[in-house]
Amino acid sequence: MAADRRRVVVTGMGAVTPLGLDVESTWSSLLGGESGVAKITLFDASDHKTKIAAEIADWDTGRYFDVKEARRLDRFSEFFLVAARQAMEQAGIDYTGDEEAAARAGVMLGTGFGGMRSFLDEIYTLSDRGPDRVSPTGVPRIIPNMAAGILSIEANLTGPVSCVVTACSASANAIGDAAEIIRRGAADAMVAGGAEATINEYAIASFAQARALSTNNHDPRGASRPFDAERDGFVMGEGGAALVLESLEHAEGRGAEIIAEITGYGMSADAYHITLPRPGGAGAARAMTAALSDAGLEPDQIDYINAHGTSTPANDPTESAAIKIALGEAVAAETPVSSTKSMTGHLLGGAGALEAVISILALRDQVLPPTINYEVPDPECDLDYVPNEARQASVSHVMTNSFGFGGHNVSLILSRT
Amino acid sequence: MDRSEVAERLESVLVTELGLDEDKIQEEAHFEEDLDVDSLGVVELLMALEDEFDVKIPDEEAESIMTVGQAIDLVHKKLGG
Repeated sequence: MAADRRRVVVTGMGAVTPLGLDVESTWSSLLGGESGVAKITLFDASDHKTKIAAEIADWDTGRYFDVKEARRLDRFSEFFLVAARQAMEQAGIDYTGDEEAAARAGVMLGTGFGGMRSFLDEIYTLSDRGPDRVSPTGVPRIIPNMAAGILSIEANLTGPVSCVVTACSASANAIGDAAEIIRRGAADAMVAGGAEATINEYAIASFAQARALSTNNHDPRGASRPFDAERDGFVMGEGGAALVLESLEHAEGRGAEIIAEITGYGMSADAYHITLPRPGGAGAARAMTAALSDAGLEPDQIDYINAHGTSTPANDPTESAAIKIALGEAVAAETPVSSTKSMTGHLLGGAGALEAVISILALRDQVLPPTINYEVPDPECDLDYVPNEARQASVSHVMTNSFGFGGHNVSLILSRT
Repeated sequence: MDRSEVAERLESVLVTELGLDEDKIQEEAHFEEDLDVDSLGVVELLMALEDEFDVKIPDEEAESIMTVGQAIDLVHKKLGG
């Protein structure tokens, strides 16, 4: 780690997930080993191969947005905005009326799709009723960057505001990229995170056709079973998560409570296949090694890995192999690894941010969330997956992995301060 | 349909569908200046009225609609009032 580099700390967290409408309720559900997976209610899935997902079942737009605001928001933007509001409230930052400070604050969003529900509805309207019935607010609801744009408007953040679209690694990239922006001095504070809301008839059908989704419809709670030999695909989740990142000086200067530090960010590409990971794990391992190098840490200093752990046949053994390459066999065998997607489902572009929040909570509370539904060991997945029960542990540094279609590999390291 | 019925239904669309401030809605209220309706909102408003009253409002007619009262008059006229 370069000695003269600006350090980046976390001062606020927010999350809306299938397990709860805020960080603490989500966390207590995770520690209790609860599953957010159930029958799909957001659309009629009766003709679909996959009929289960981890929905935010009790989402009430009207609790957070008035009618006029809601007309211009896709569900994914609602999730991001609510998570961001929570994070900013915890951090205690407010840039309304302070233009000089506002220009040093920004947003970095990650999402896989953006407003896919709105896109589908607009296409149905175009097809059924013709071009004159298409909504003037369709495009702004659909485009992936809009949740960042709306947050900048709502919170008066006038510095760097942008969006990363790297499938299921998007919001891990967003957090890493936001940290880089602060490190190089282009901003003092960034709201960074992501959201996804694609439990819809098209995304479920297409992922199912790609044979990526679990079809364990008769046992929703047991369907997401990362690293277990009987896993048969991922379970889609939805939601959003956000962090407030600041330079250490900025946070200390205003007397903010510092929750954790972003110490490492690494990324790599598999350059192999549009949906499958490179066998053997060398691509993902390079992202982990890059993050370790960025943080200036040795492999044995990582106390816990929050895995990408999707519960697909391809990901889990490849990721396990990658961890062994990056940490070395001996260290990997001693390092607890869990996949919280066993409980939250896979938030796609929102997953990296949610799992960064979870990693920070593990640092805060010195406890590791479990991998639930771990029953039948797979010889190709032979690490310590923190099976089924949360575990007390001494945790100073956590790595969290996120991999995306297209071959994107991202690893973040979060540390106690 | 008489004009007062048009007015009642139109105002209901403005409030419940478009989320405009009910307290500020009166015939003289200017959509952009008084009711905080932006350019996208004006298009949404006209489409909502077309759906509610099953009428067509071409762009050249739409351009002359600045106030709630003008919208009521246009719809009322289109319905043969």
